[in-house]
Amino acid sequence: MFGYYLKRIFSAIVTLFIIATLTFFMMRAIPGGPFTREKALPDQIIAQLNAKYNLDDPVIVQYLNYMKGIATFNFGPSFRELGLTVNDLIRQGLPGSMKVGIVAVLMILVFGIPMGIISALKQNKPIDYTVMVLATIGVTVPSFVVATLYIYLISSRVSWIPITGLSNPIAFIGPAIALSGYSLSYVARLTRSSMLEVLRQDYIRTARANGLSETRVIGKHALKNALIPVVTYVGPMIAAILTGSFVVERIFAINGIGRYFVESVSNRDYTVIIGMTVFYAGLYIFMVLLVDIAYSFIDPRIKLGKRTGD
Amino acid sequence: MAKILEVKNLRTTFFTHLGEVQAVRGISFDLEEGDILGIVGESGSGKSVTSLSIMGLVDEPGRIVEGEVLFEGLDLTKLDQKEMSNYRGNEISMIFQDPMTSINPAFTVGNQLREVIMTHTGMNKEQAHQRALELLTMVGIPEPETRIKNHPYQFSGGMRQRALISMAIACNPKLLIADEPTTALDVTIQAQILELMRDLKTKINTSIILITHDLGVISEICNKVIVMYGGMIMEKADIISLFDNPQHPYTRGLMLSVPRNVTGKKARLIPIEGSPPDLMAPPSGCPFSPRCQHAMEICLKKAAPLFKISDTQEASCWLHHPDAPEVKGFVKVAGEK
Ligand SMILES: Nc1ncnc2c1ncn2[C@@H]1O[C@H](COP(=O)(O)OP(=O)(O)O)[C@@H](O)[C@H]1O
Ligand SMILES: [Mg+2]
Repeated sequence: MFGYYLKRIFSAIVTLFIIATLTFFMMRAIPGGPFTREKALPDQIIAQLNAKYNLDDPVIVQYLNYMKGIATFNFGPSFRELGLTVNDLIRQGLPGSMKVGIVAVLMILVFGIPMGIISALKQNKPIDYTVMVLATIGVTVPSFVVATLYIYLISSRVSWIPITGLSNPIAFIGPAIALSGYSLSYVARLTRSSMLEVLRQDYIRTARANGLSETRVIGKHALKNALIPVVTYVGPMIAAILTGSFVVERIFAINGIGRYFVESVSNRDYTVIIGMTVFYAGLYIFMVLLVDIAYSFIDPRIKLGKRTGD
Repeated sequence: MAKILEVKNLRTTFFTHLGEVQAVRGISFDLEEGDILGIVGESGSGKSVTSLSIMGLVDEPGRIVEGEVLFEGLDLTKLDQKEMSNYRGNEISMIFQDPMTSINPAFTVGNQLREVIMTHTGMNKEQAHQRALELLTMVGIPEPETRIKNHPYQFSGGMRQRALISMAIACNPKLLIADEPTTALDVTIQAQILELMRDLKTKINTSIILITHDLGVISEICNKVIVMYGGMIMEKADIISLFDNPQHPYTRGLMLSVPRNVTGKKARLIPIEGSPPDLMAPPSGCPFSPRCQHAMEICLKKAAPLFKISDTQEASCWLHHPDAPEVKGFVKVAGEK
């Protein structure tokens, strides 16, 4: 078991290394650089800037220096946000993104899973159709539409609901809805179909034949099996949601990490791009590892490190 | 002997979107205390639906449309699911065909077994654990102290069936229904499971309904038999009468189509030609008539009643009618039952 974790951590490091390397060289391969402007800067200034940020070193030297930095969690200075390092940007943006993200994740779990279960239990009844129509809308309507509608219909009319920022708890509602809409709907659909599948299984009939109450049959015997595919989806989803969303953070004027991520790409802010990518990839890999651990609790056939079948 | 179960004119139909599947079409039988009743018939003849109807476990879109299931005189079809769950696993238990899929993979054997015990007896967890160990020993699972902590995937098919049997008998049920409990198992394991059931019958003093498509299994442990076909009862007899003197062409067909190594005689296997009836539009007469070599005009129009051949044997075949032509081996009886 311990050996398994070592192996996983090692492979995570290798993966991160590859991701950082690929990102580094891909960014350099595209023409232009962080100091390219519409109105071209004088060559002299560019040369000075390049010298300041060591961008005039041979690429391989830049690469080695950069990897050294990453190894010590020092992602280097931002080329655009003057005086700030990538670490500063993450430190500034992460709390906002995380706070909204955590609310969104909680909403997904607290509403998405029960909605899926109820839908499955009432298959082809009005409540099932209602949930499924909502869920279909949820996965098809993009978050900026949800966010805009929310602002237009609610916060611009109800004076005590703030439109932007995260000044009080109520302000979280809008961004959390916009951020969770897709995944909440997806989780509801996934739970429903997984539950329907499980309810057809022979062991559910056995549980009933043994005289267990319907609450136990559903809440214990069916649910644990039905959650397996949901856990697979939810792990990486949490990583994606916690790292924020450019669109949602923009619309609700939240100071978050998602904004930096996207802006850095258009700004060709090399260090920010790679730093954010590595940070996101690290979080993602960590969540996948958590999913694996969660699996070994839910599905006993999966022993960490190996999968045993029948 | 007291009657523990009386099934009266049971009809169960599935209302599918393609039409009504009449899976069980008005069957009646009794089970006396201590009986091991075999229900035999080709697959699709309605055996499983019969047992699920008794348990009140017929799935949507199926429904009992007519008839009574009297357990110790009480009509179970009148109970709601909640009342019924007090009987299930407690007074009436059931084990199923496929032990690989019939046990929940997500919980340990001990967890599932204790749960059944605690649901019906009000024992606490510790007491239930002791009882669970007792049960595992009783069904012949070695090293129960270790095995109780195992998950089902660590059990072989035979061991899983034993574990499922231990859950079924946890509360000393008065009736145990086993739906093809050995069909999915290896031949050697089959014999062991049958042996176990025979053993348990005396130990916990339960009556058993054993469903199978295998006459060999019937001959090994049952004392009474019902032969089902197309959702109806073709023949009802005690074991000796049935094997000595089958009185329905379908029963005879079944016997000729299985190897008779029981008697040591070598005989050619003769399959029954044709296929079982479409229960969506069942023939109005005897369901077996399209495949029956003795079929007469009346057989196609009207299903025969159960003719009483002797005190221990009844058969639903017009050949027993006094006006029917003479066929070798078929007894004529004066009146319908
Ligand atoms: N859930 C269901 N929906 C529709 N038809 C069903 C269902 N379950 C069983 N049947 C039909 O009922 C008939 C009897 O089935 P069953 O009792 O399982 O047969 P047996 O156990 O004798 O092999 C079959 O024709 C089968 O197709
Ligand atoms: Mg069956």
